[in-house]
Amino acid sequence: MRRVAEVAGPLALIVIVAIVGSFVSAARQLEFLDALVAVAMVVALYVFVGNSGVLSFGQTSFVAVGAFAAGVMTAPADSKAGQLPDLFPFLKDHAIGNVPSLLLAAGIGAAYALIVGMPLMRLSGLAAGIATLAVLGITHNVLRYWTKVGPAAQTLALVPETTGLLQGALGAMLIALVAYAYQLSPYGRMLRATREDSPAAQAAGIDVHRQRLWAFVLSGALSGFAGGLLVHETGTITTEQVYLDLTFLTIAMLVIGGTSSLWGAVVGALVVSGFNSFLGDAENGVHVGFTIDLPSGTRVIVLGAAMALMLLLRPLGITGGREFSLAWFARRRQKEARA
Amino acid sequence: MTFLQALVNAVTLGSVYALIAVGIGLVFGVMRLVNFAYGQLIMVGAYALAVTIDWPVAASIAACFVSVVVVSLAMELAVFRPLRTASPATMLVTTFAVSFLLQSIALVKFGTLGRPANSLAQLNRAISVGQIDIRYVTFVALGVAAAALLGLVLLLNRTTIGLQLRAAAVDPRTARLLGVRANVVITVAVVIAGLLAAAVAVILTVQYPLVTSDYGLRETIIVLVGVVVGGIDRLWTATLGGFLIGFATGMLGELLPSGDGWPFTKGVYLDSAVYLLVIVVLIVRPAGLFAPKGGLGVERV
Repeated sequence: MRRVAEVAGPLALIVIVAIVGSFVSAARQLEFLDALVAVAMVVALYVFVGNSGVLSFGQTSFVAVGAFAAGVMTAPADSKAGQLPDLFPFLKDHAIGNVPSLLLAAGIGAAYALIVGMPLMRLSGLAAGIATLAVLGITHNVLRYWTKVGPAAQTLALVPETTGLLQGALGAMLIALVAYAYQLSPYGRMLRATREDSPAAQAAGIDVHRQRLWAFVLSGALSGFAGGLLVHETGTITTEQVYLDLTFLTIAMLVIGGTSSLWGAVVGALVVSGFNSFLGDAENGVHVGFTIDLPSGTRVIVLGAAMALMLLLRPLGITGGREFSLAWFARRRQKEARA
Repeated sequence: MTFLQALVNAVTLGSVYALIAVGIGLVFGVMRLVNFAYGQLIMVGAYALAVTIDWPVAASIAACFVSVVVVSLAMELAVFRPLRTASPATMLVTTFAVSFLLQSIALVKFGTLGRPANSLAQLNRAISVGQIDIRYVTFVALGVAAAALLGLVLLLNRTTIGLQLRAAAVDPRTARLLGVRANVVITVAVVIAGLLAAAVAVILTVQYPLVTSDYGLRETIIVLVGVVVGGIDRLWTATLGGFLIGFATGMLGELLPSGDGWPFTKGVYLDSAVYLLVIVVLIVRPAGLFAPKGGLGVERV
């Protein structure tokens, strides 16, 4: 029962976001879509960072290769011939459908994560973080200048916008389900053991390097998949969209939600996205009992300040790193009954 | 471009990066905090120079130093002090948030176009020594780096507060038990780091006079990488790491082959080449390039 609740909570939240999103205006709907894709990316990041306790800046690289692979392969072949004449022929002359492109994005993300992870997962702590940052730097650098694999410094356009609320919600739910299944599996449990006490876990026969590598590859696959969702949401993509800003934002969402639980990843992504949308409104004046009217451009300032403040007040994140639980409601009811 | 010229440029870049590395390493030493917002201190200094461009040069530089130190202290008091006991990941993300915040403020205040800060542009003039051109700013950079490092070494080794700084860096808890006041030590480290960031801002604006909201960000990230490669645990290895990554960037930038057909052509794939080098070094020496042999392994118990 507890386990059902643990996974049902995050899934229900995703469904609620999608349903509410279907009742609002088209412009507003985009913000709900952004939130769903953010959930997908943050949960994919959580699979590695949350379970292993090793901070990684590299997951955005997998989002990037997934987004570019899915984008380049679904853009119509005739537009590619004109827009991107330098592409390798097998990229230029073929186009695939929506679902195959998402699977391709996941596959490429996993393969890239495997290649990168094999040497890097031996590192830990700061060295691991910095090495993954270096991977991100290389990915960005190559994608930005290599015209044979993608649009390089141009904007890749004309990607079919198939990520509507349905695909966004299904994609995010799929990622959340895989993440939950993994963390309950023996592999996930072994990795969590290494997070809590690495020497003890090793003494119990757990191969830290191998367990981290599995999680890294799974996280790479999910990140690539999330990248596919992203490119199909926006229809266009540039290398700058999947670089430092996105890395910082997704890590911030995860930490604000609570690093060590699936619930934290989902809540963090949705709370930060929601707050961001709210601030967007506030720049145009919004009425919540009293009228808030922020000068335009101050949204990012307030967002940055709010994130810093949140971490000051709740260093463990909103959820405190705990999974969703019905017992929380029960305890609350008891408290109210007593009062 | 001769080899010697490349060497001169690389050493210049290396000494600027070494200054940034000292700032990052010093704060890490006493607080165990990797400060991603360090680049925004450089940005603050650069904007201060841009805003005071009509002032006399000395006053402008003074304004730069004052504003950077003020922002640096404000950061410590408002953000890092309350978070002192939080987990490293939380602190790191908070520095992201602060960095993001300062960048956004700059963007709103000064716009996207960038402001010129070229009051020291005459330092870009070069003198020719044989085949190579040396710009005056090279001497300034080398001089400032040497003076700053020397001053720091004297401070750390010859004064009481220096001793306390070193003690706090080795073992904060024992240092506190022995009467070292954490707040004093950290404040001193933060002020020194601020002064160094201001010096870097002055030198960088000579070379890149257009100040934008992401000013100093790329340099900070590269230096951060270099500091970890050198070994962030000790100040001198961190500094050397910063110098080396600047030096390697400079040398690779000049000496990589140009033209098509090469995997790492000059300029374009420079970052990839540097980062690849970093990954290789980290795999071979995870605890840092200059870590003691057979010393701290990957896992510390």
